[in-house]
Amino acid sequence: MRPVIPYVTAALLFGLGVYGVLRRRNAVLVLMSVELMLNAVNLILVTADTTVRAVLPHSGQVFALFVIVLAAAEIGVGLAIVLQLYRLRATVAVDDVPLTEPPHPGDGREPATANTEAGR
Amino acid sequence: MTGADVLLLALGAVAVGAGVLVVTTKHLVRAGLYLVVCLGALAGDFLVLSAELVAWVQVLIYVGAVVVLLLFAVMLTRAPIGASDDLDRPGWPAALIGGGAGLGLTVLLVDAYRWSTVELPTAGTAERLGEQIFQSWVLPFEVLSVLLLSALVGAIVLSRPDIGRPPGGDAARPADLVDVEPGGRR
Repeated sequence: MRPVIPYVTAALLFGLGVYGVLRRRNAVLVLMSVELMLNAVNLILVTADTTVRAVLPHSGQVFALFVIVLAAAEIGVGLAIVLQLYRLRATVAVDDVPLTEPPHPGDGREPATANTEAGR
Repeated sequence: MTGADVLLLALGAVAVGAGVLVVTTKHLVRAGLYLVVCLGALAGDFLVLSAELVAWVQVLIYVGAVVVLLLFAVMLTRAPIGASDDLDRPGWPAALIGGGAGLGLTVLLVDAYRWSTVELPTAGTAERLGEQIFQSWVLPFEVLSVLLLSALVGAIVLSRPDIGRPPGGDAARPADLVDVEPGGRR
């Protein structure tokens, strides 16, 4: 088994994830790109488990399991934030989010919130 | 090139190709489905690398749960059916940084490992990984359970705007939250 093949796969996937996070405007797509990066790290960990002889056997795979659990927690909280953003602003475009002013849900955006209400 | 190498190469090509489509497609739902292909190919990679348990956990949690959650989010944010044109920022910096990170890591890893071969270790079955987790990694395991609980509580608190409102704050808070909530529950 040549470890360079999965290592290069993981490196390319990580680059794609970085590109997606910086490029995409839609918050859900940003979360998908974050998943790509986390999976690249998982692949690195599992491959390192075959190339590095550690004191504890299978440490890399145990770490990969931990990263999967972290990713599940991250996606839960991240989607809660995205849905709350959609409820307040009726958009999930990340570059529409004001970072400096405190959030004023509904200032001049009554039509938007009325839309979400009517949609339910 | 052994059979394992050929499999790794093919699965890696599928994973990277699907990854490219995830970050470039104009269809929101298709991005989620390409993500399934990418994660499935990675699960195959894990199987070839003799990490059985990780592969099945990947299929269960990523393909089963995370992608379904993402698709639910796509639906709940009323994503349009069909192509949407406003998904991307104009992105030379993104291409530069992403390509730089990917190619830099590739060069680093290729330089470190060249075309060397290693023997595959013993398979990471549930029994062996369970021994490791419950002997050497018990403390991180327990910390992770606390983290999952706090993530659960955090998600619930985030999605309920009536929690954490200042007492008597109906007048202090903007009125539309108060309006939206009963409407949402009816």
